[in-house]
Amino acid sequence: MSERRPPRSSAHELERYAGLFASRTRVMRSSAMRDLMAVTVRPEVISLAGGLPDTSTFDPALFKELVGRMPSAAALQYGPSEGLQGVRDAIVSVMAAEDMAVDPDEVIVTTGGQQAIDLVTKTLIDPGDVVIAEAPTYPGAVPTFCAYEADVIQIDVDSDGMRIDALEQTLAALDAAGRRPKFIYTIPNFQNPAGVTMSLERRLALVEIARERELIVLEDNPYGMLRYEGEALPTLRSLEAPGPTDENDFVIYTGTMSKILSPGVRVGWLVAPRPLLAKLVLGKQSTDLCSSSLAQHFVSEYFASGDWRPYVASLCELYHRRRDVMLDALAEHLPAAATWTRPHGGLFIWVTLPDYIGTSDLLARALAENVAFVPGEAAFADGRGQHSMRLNFSSSTDENIREGVRRIGKIVAEQVALYGTLTGRPSGAPAAGGGETTEATPDAPAAPAAEPQAPGEGLASVLQLPRRGALGGRRSREA
Amino acid sequence: MTTRVAVLKGGRSLERQVSLASGARVADALERLGHDVVSIDVGSDLVAALREARPDVAFIALHGRGGEDGTVQELLEVLGIPYTGSDVHGCMRCSDKVLTKLALRDGGLPTPEWVALGEVAFQDLGAADALANVAERLGFPLVVKPVSQGSALGVKFAHTAEQLPTALVAALAYGSRVLLERHVAVRELAVSMVCGDHGARVEALPIVEAVPRGAAYDFEARYEIGQTDFVCPAALEPAVAEHVRAIALAAWELLGARGFARADMILGEDGPTVLEVNPIPGLTETSLLPQAADAAGMGFDEVVDRVLADALSRSAGASVG
Repeated sequence: MSERRPPRSSAHELERYAGLFASRTRVMRSSAMRDLMAVTVRPEVISLAGGLPDTSTFDPALFKELVGRMPSAAALQYGPSEGLQGVRDAIVSVMAAEDMAVDPDEVIVTTGGQQAIDLVTKTLIDPGDVVIAEAPTYPGAVPTFCAYEADVIQIDVDSDGMRIDALEQTLAALDAAGRRPKFIYTIPNFQNPAGVTMSLERRLALVEIARERELIVLEDNPYGMLRYEGEALPTLRSLEAPGPTDENDFVIYTGTMSKILSPGVRVGWLVAPRPLLAKLVLGKQSTDLCSSSLAQHFVSEYFASGDWRPYVASLCELYHRRRDVMLDALAEHLPAAATWTRPHGGLFIWVTLPDYIGTSDLLARALAENVAFVPGEAAFADGRGQHSMRLNFSSSTDENIREGVRRIGKIVAEQVALYGTLTGRPSGAPAAGGGETTEATPDAPAAPAAEPQAPGEGLASVLQLPRRGALGGRRSREA
Repeated sequence: MTTRVAVLKGGRSLERQVSLASGARVADALERLGHDVVSIDVGSDLVAALREARPDVAFIALHGRGGEDGTVQELLEVLGIPYTGSDVHGCMRCSDKVLTKLALRDGGLPTPEWVALGEVAFQDLGAADALANVAERLGFPLVVKPVSQGSALGVKFAHTAEQLPTALVAALAYGSRVLLERHVAVRELAVSMVCGDHGARVEALPIVEAVPRGAAYDFEARYEIGQTDFVCPAALEPAVAEHVRAIALAAWELLGARGFARADMILGEDGPTVLEVNPIPGLTETSLLPQAADAAGMGFDEVVDRVLADALSRSAGASVG
């Protein structure tokens, strides 16, 4: 039995703490969708929701060997804020594999790629500053931007990545309003969540815009090495600084060990123009002094133990097959009214349903069938994405991918049929235009949408299950 | 007296996360009260877990399907384990919004006019053709709710006939039946009720009101974070507050609630109406019942103590399995 504690007066306590919270914490809230996600961890649920690599593929014997080789005293000690030399050297070799030439002293090791996003935002954003992101964007970046009270403007992506024409319009509109974004956040390769890849033409255009307007671009490249088809495209970083002596002025690059080795080590990195680098290091010091020495020594030993590329190649082979299994299953089981992207790499497929089906609500029905996905609204700061979902294919077996997609297909078909019945437009027959799409647009505002969850009752639930807008302290605007 | 209490929390319902928080707080309170506590995250091994734990009583801190609809209550009765809160029938009446409203209407208590329809009615009986009649009878804006979803999940508004199909599709994602209700929101109130000490009469706690921020009456914005303040006690004339609480207590009696409950109500021009009664209200730090209890000078531990005592008093003589 635990130690006795004096009873507390809950409401007064709560009020007292509420008075202590910084105003920015108002946007750091849970959401109904996030609460639903809690159900997805149950073992009977086939979860296509996570963004997980398959770590079961890592050789357990090698793991033990590497741990055995770690120098105990140093691994248990603090390390430099910029990261261990061995890890920075490893990062240089990983970046070289994607045709980027960097000096180890340009690199800051971070606690996962997530910390890189956090540090850049912390370093550059004052409340109300504009961050430009893709629509949809990485769901984990949205709460970070919002926590620093950024005004997030999202630019639609299509099969060639961020629409540069829309970006230019937005920049012009911001100019006219006397504002300029602090940075542009993009995932050019196999974007999370849409799975699309920015074309070379657009990469060149984006780098040119950054140069011309002197805008920072945060290039997030966790998946670049996980390509299953087609030729690799140059990173924004390498386009801006093609040679080893070229200065990198506007691109901040972030990478991670999460997808090529392990997300559990929480080792990512930042490469930034030198004047920014010093500030970023200070920011990191105030956050955690240094990333885990234990984890870094593991990474360092791993890269010292031999060629790291065959393991990545084996992951590519595995994920490639699972992607194909998922694409086939989608074609087989999803009604014709649904569309989805065909990623050339990475971990995700983005599925868009007819505009009368809300995917956050659909998740409730999916969970009843023991299958889960990420509702699209997680990838937006402005409430869009309600008709889309993100599916992960890297962390499930072929069998579970097929079965999970079959179940999703079944409930979507039921909802399509129900809507047909309700509107007197029976839609049993496949509609035209379904299947793989070249668009990754979030959703088209066509069908008269019901107001998203707003309770006429259930007052307590209003507090327990915050809804729409939970992440958007500042309403972001569409491009 | 030290009692061995199994706190049932989590489960598979969509409100799992809230339940985990409610259950953790209840477990803490029970330990402070000197009881021997075992917490169980409810799953397919529940019966085995209960047999192993051999509790004197179960404190049900589950929300939503399976937890507050009579399912787990029925199971505990089979096992001969006394439990907190409403019994099987009380839970069934409260968790099914249609049964609640029928009971309220038959008992002469005010509740907004409604129509309930099932997915089968749309699929097999052509109910879609009758939607115009429904709309005509109730008028817009309409609230569309899943019949047996305890929380605000799946609750949609339709301002026009064109919005109705989308709202119905969404609400039907949560269950096979929906309730269409005329929306009559003027002031939204919640009345929490807790049983008296050792069998004494149920007590209605101070009323909580959901008050939208800002002057403009913006119906959607009210439910966005930071747009609504919860005021307790609600600023009501004493006579009005008394009337509201009397209706909540009458609903408690009528539905056969036990232990604790929360009535969600609307105060309109024609007086108060009852929307629903939650048989296992949220018990988290931010939930309304604990806040209302606090406003009444009743600590959370006392709420837990009373609800537990009520369960034990009912079970006198029952065997424990």
